[in-house]
Amino acid sequence: MSQYRPGTRLYSAVCAAEVMVIKCAAEGEVACGGHPMSTAPAADKSEPDAALAEGVLMGKRYTDEADSLELLCVKPGQGSLSFAGEALKEKATKKLPSSD
Amino acid sequence: MNIATLLQMAAEACPERGAFKCADDEFTFGELLHAATSAAMRFRSSQCQYVAYLGEASPAVPIALFGAALAETPFVPLNYRLSDGDLESLVSRISPALVVTDRRLGFQADGLAYADIKELLAADTEDPFEVPLDPDAVAVQLFTSGTTGAPKAALLRHSHLFSYIISSVEFMSAGEDEAQLTSVPPYHIAGISAILSSVYAGRRVVQLPNFDARTWLRLVSDEAITSAFVVPTMLARIVSEIDVDAGANCPTLQAIAYGGGKMPVPVIERALEVFPNVAFTNAYGLTETSSTVCLLGPEDHRQAWTSDDPQVRRRLGSVGRPLPSIEIEIRDDTGRSLGPNMSGEVYVRGPQVSGEYREKRAVDDDGWFATRDAGMVDEDGYVYLSGRADDVIVRGGENVSPGEVEDVLLGHPSVADVAIVGVPSKEWGEAIGAAIVLADGVAGDEEALRAHVKARLRSSKVPEYIRFVRELPYTETGKLLRRLVKADFQ
Repeated sequence: MSQYRPGTRLYSAVCAAEVMVIKCAAEGEVACGGHPMSTAPAADKSEPDAALAEGVLMGKRYTDEADSLELLCVKPGQGSLSFAGEALKEKATKKLPSSD
Repeated sequence: MNIATLLQMAAEACPERGAFKCADDEFTFGELLHAATSAAMRFRSSQCQYVAYLGEASPAVPIALFGAALAETPFVPLNYRLSDGDLESLVSRISPALVVTDRRLGFQADGLAYADIKELLAADTEDPFEVPLDPDAVAVQLFTSGTTGAPKAALLRHSHLFSYIISSVEFMSAGEDEAQLTSVPPYHIAGISAILSSVYAGRRVVQLPNFDARTWLRLVSDEAITSAFVVPTMLARIVSEIDVDAGANCPTLQAIAYGGGKMPVPVIERALEVFPNVAFTNAYGLTETSSTVCLLGPEDHRQAWTSDDPQVRRRLGSVGRPLPSIEIEIRDDTGRSLGPNMSGEVYVRGPQVSGEYREKRAVDDDGWFATRDAGMVDEDGYVYLSGRADDVIVRGGENVSPGEVEDVLLGHPSVADVAIVGVPSKEWGEAIGAAIVLADGVAGDEEALRAHVKARLRSSKVPEYIRFVRELPYTETGKLLRRLVKADFQ
C-alpha cells in the first residue's frame, strides 16, 4: 500500500500509458491493465488483462468514486486505470469558454 | 507537476501545428519544445537562480518560460518600460539572474548575465530533457504593478499554474483553424496564462507586442484570428476605431475575452452591438490566483444585454460566477462571512490560488486568500466588484465605494471617464473627490454633475471636490493609478 505525492509520474507495465498524480488523499495502488504502475518505465512490458483494456486518453483526468485520487493522462495507452482495486472513471468536466 | 509537461503533451499530440507567431518569427509546437529544451540547457549551465525576461512579447517568451521550467528555475518577466533605476531595484531582488533581453542595463548586479532574445529564437535541440517533478518549485515570479506602493514579488508554483490549466482548459480542444491574438505584455499574469492555456488547447497564438486598434483589426483579418484577449482600454479603442457602417470586417472572429480591470458597461454594450456574432467572456482574476477565478460567459452577456429584467440586465457589470474548482466568500472587516447582496471583501480558495509573496504568505490556515477587492455576490452567485478594499473612502464613518459613484457619473452624457478618490478632510476624515474627463466638446458643469449623483445616490456620496482633467493615469494594462489621482487633490 502506498500514498502518492502530487506531481509523481507513473508508467504502465502493460502499455505506453503515463499518468501524473494530481491529487492523492488515500492509500492504495494505482494499476493499469491489471498491473501496478511504477515510477520508472518498465523494461519488459507484459500484456494488459483483456478485460482491463479500455484505454487511457491523453489529457483526460481520471478519478475514483470517492474523489480521493486524481490522475492526468500525459501519454495514452490501452490499459484501464484502477486505484486500490477500483476502476477509475474519466472525470466529467464542464466546458468553459476560453478566458485568456 | 511542471508546466513544461503541458508543452511536452502538445508537442507530442500535434508537433507540426503552428504554436506562436510574431511578425516573421514562427514556431510549431514541436519546434517550440526543441527551442525550450535548448534554452533549458543554457539556463542550467549558467548557474543562475532566476531567468528574467526583459523585452516585448515574442516567441522567445514561451521559449524562456518553458525553458526555465525545465531547468527548474523561476521565470521572472520584467516590465521593459521601466527605467534603469526601477529595474536595478527589481534585479537586485533576483540575484544571480540571467536576463533574456536585447538590451544592456546601465548598472552592475551580482552574477548578472545576459542571453540574447535572437539567440533563444535560433536555438534548437532534439536531445531529450527530463521534466522535473517537484510541484512546489516556483514556476513564475511576477512583480505586481504597485498601484498602491512598492512592487511585491508574487510567487506562482508549478502546482498552481498546472492546476489552473488542467481544470479550466480541455487538452487539444482547439481546432486546427483556430488562432488567438494576444496583446498583453509578458510581465502580466494574463500574458503568462495566455501562453499556457493556448499551448494546452493546441491553439495557435499570434502576438501583437504594441497594441494599437488599427493594427489589431488588420491582424484579425490578415491572420484569420478566431479569438482574442484584451484589457478594457483596448476594447474601448477597438470599438471606437470601427466604422460601423462599413461593418467590423472581422468575419473569422468568434470570441473575445477581457479582463485585467473594470470594464465600463457602455464599452461592453457598444462591443456587443459592433460584434453581434462574437462570444464575449469577462474574466476576473489576480496575479496571486494564477489568473481567472470568475467568468461571465457568452450566454450571460447576450442574456443580460437583451433582458428587460434589471436583475439580469445588471450582470453586464458583473464578473460572473466562480470556476468549478474555485470557492468565493465575502467577508466583513471582522472576518465574518456575509450573505448574498452584502458588500465586503472578496476571499478566494482553490488549488490554483497561491496568495504568496517572496516576503510573506497571504493565505490563512484554511487556504483562503484575501484579494483586497471589495464586492458582493448576488443570490444567483454572480460576483460584483466595487473596487479595491483599500480604495474605500470612509467619509464621516460611512463607507463609500469609488465604483458606485463612478458608475453613476459615467451615466452622465458629459462624462467620458472618471475616478473617485478620498481627499483628506478635517470635517469628515475623508471627503469625496472626482477627477473627470469630459466628453469631446462639452463644458463641465459641477452643479449639474452633483445634482446627477444626488438624484441617484445619497447626498453623502456627492463629490465635494471636482477636477476636470484631460486624461486619467492608467498602467498599460488598463489599471487606474489611483494614488496619482489622489495626489492631485492634495
